[in-house]
Amino acid sequence: MDALTHFLSLSDANVRYVVIGCVLLGISSGLMGVYTLLRKRALLGDAIAHAVLPGICLAFMLSGVRNTWVLFAGAIITGSLSVYLVDLISRRSRLKPDAAIALVLSVFFGAGVLLLTMIQSSGNAAQSGLDKFLFGKAAAMLPEDLWLFGAVLLGVMVVLFFGYKEFKLLAFDKGYAQSQGLPVKALEMALSTLTVLTVATGIQAVGVVLMSALLIAPAAASRYWTHRLSGMLILSAVMASIGAYIGAFISYTKPGMPTGPWIVVVLSVLTGISMLVAPNQGLLARYWQRRKHRDKILQENILKAFYHLGERNGSQALAFDIKLLKQQREMPEIRLKSGLRSLVKEGSLLDTQFGYQLTRTGLEAATRVVRLHRMWELYLSRHLNIAPDHVHEDAEGIEHLITPELERELELLLDRPGSDPHDSQIPYTKKDRN
Amino acid sequence: MIQHVDNPIIEVHDLTVSYDKKPVLWNVDFTIPGGALVGIIGPNGAGKSTLIKAIMGLLPLSSGYAHLFGEKLDNVRKRISYVPQRESVDWDFPASVMDIALMGRYGQRGLFKRITAEDRSIARQALEQVHMLEFANRQIGQLSGGQQQRVFLARALAQQADLYFMDEPFAGVDAATEGAIIELLKELKAQGKTILVVHHDLQSAAEYFDWILLLNTRLVASGPTAETLTPTLLQETYGGKLSLLAQVGEIASSKGVNIRE
Repeated sequence: MDALTHFLSLSDANVRYVVIGCVLLGISSGLMGVYTLLRKRALLGDAIAHAVLPGICLAFMLSGVRNTWVLFAGAIITGSLSVYLVDLISRRSRLKPDAAIALVLSVFFGAGVLLLTMIQSSGNAAQSGLDKFLFGKAAAMLPEDLWLFGAVLLGVMVVLFFGYKEFKLLAFDKGYAQSQGLPVKALEMALSTLTVLTVATGIQAVGVVLMSALLIAPAAASRYWTHRLSGMLILSAVMASIGAYIGAFISYTKPGMPTGPWIVVVLSVLTGISMLVAPNQGLLARYWQRRKHRDKILQENILKAFYHLGERNGSQALAFDIKLLKQQREMPEIRLKSGLRSLVKEGSLLDTQFGYQLTRTGLEAATRVVRLHRMWELYLSRHLNIAPDHVHEDAEGIEHLITPELERELELLLDRPGSDPHDSQIPYTKKDRN
Repeated sequence: MIQHVDNPIIEVHDLTVSYDKKPVLWNVDFTIPGGALVGIIGPNGAGKSTLIKAIMGLLPLSSGYAHLFGEKLDNVRKRISYVPQRESVDWDFPASVMDIALMGRYGQRGLFKRITAEDRSIARQALEQVHMLEFANRQIGQLSGGQQQRVFLARALAQQADLYFMDEPFAGVDAATEGAIIELLKELKAQGKTILVVHHDLQSAAEYFDWILLLNTRLVASGPTAETLTPTLLQETYGGKLSLLAQVGEIASSKGVNIRE
């Protein structure tokens, strides 16, 4: 707990650097990640991340010093080269883009690991710490790194702000953007360059192996919460910096621990929560919607059973008990009872001493379901030439899905029919006739 | 049967387009009169979409050129408008119906300029024209296929262009959308605009269009509807046999030879 308060108070200068650094590069990654995700370039982001490793190693071997700016320059060169190569290979060879990405990623990363091993066995005293680029080490950040991270973030924000509408159109519909005369090539180049810069700084915290998680996970999670691009950008930046911040804290308490995996764990939790509880699109919301639909089907089927019983007995004003209902339509008794209860509660059924009885609203609803069922059967046999004895099963499912608009269209198409393919009457309520 | 006109809005001269060295359009050469409602008709893989993309400069040309309004494309970009195929984009993109309609203003407004109140009112008008204004704030992923198509039309309308290229606007739409599109085409035509529509339903083609291009990797016919939609020309367009042309194309592609070098 002491460690936490000490960390949060930012009283220690080293902690300050690390936290500010992580948040800066988190924001850059969160912003660029949104465009990477929307342009379906997630795998390319991964390739860039792996491709910066040989650049860092070469820069170190040639200069002999572990200077942030020199290593950064090396990272940019090989990172950009990888983007160029992926594009070239997928345009000029028979390889598809996914294969081109896999090829570039593995070759560059392999070269990077090879160079790293050579450096480590060379005995150069300055080499210590280069292996931190594999899985990231936030605690190794230096004050001068912050200037670099800040400069990259500033560049990202300025370009994305002024080109907001251009990048939005490019990400949504490139062909249309081009038809309007937008400089599509230049815009794409700008996005790739910014992504390379972001990746080249981000690896300080997460490392090359896990960098794509910092790029993609916040963007993917933010999509669950908003339908607006601007909202997605803000949320993604916030989530990425939270992930980076917590990673930095863990790096602070456990000096030997790489930060990348922890940042990824935090981001995975955020993404998982988003997938689960987000409104409308989350798994829980979807489960809830499915359940509601299932209950609706059950209720409509019960109402239909009442209608059929009434039809057979010559009056819709009769009451029927559970036994009769079960004979009319087979369903588990628990489900039947719970369905009856909710129908009584919403005023579609009356619970009388002789059994259950349709109310006026209940009769209207029951009539509608039967009507939809029989109209759909007629539609199938009349317009799609399906044999009358094959249409019932289909109508059983469709009758619960038809919206009032589709119902009107169906009625118009069939010219307000009188009976279905089995010569059962198609019922209309008084309200329908007006 | 290729009928040329004087003072054409579109002049396509000896256009050849290849994908991966394989020519998909050969020596296409035609002119279109102003104010025409043109149907581009042909079987699958005939190069219908390729033709309009090539005219708009979205694809590299192997040879030939296309002049619009008697000028080079770059001088008249603001006067042309494009409705891509609905399936060509991901509708899960985080944007509202209004956002998409506003995209029609981006080119007119210019690079890095902010959208103005005037742009918004133009976009609203365009949405109104396709009966989508009530959905202006709806997320595009929640639209039906027909509604998505109408949003694309609204975006093109918001450009206030003089020449429209539409790629299969009638594909997989509901009756309401089909009606809205036809109404719109007539209205645009009445305003003297020229419209090219990629279409593959022969039955409705005679009814919708007053000028027809019959295409099957080469141009079979270009002319007024009554003179082009004849059994002989249709047979020539849709005739099933692989033509000599297509076979040579295959060879060029497999040998990696550029036929225009």
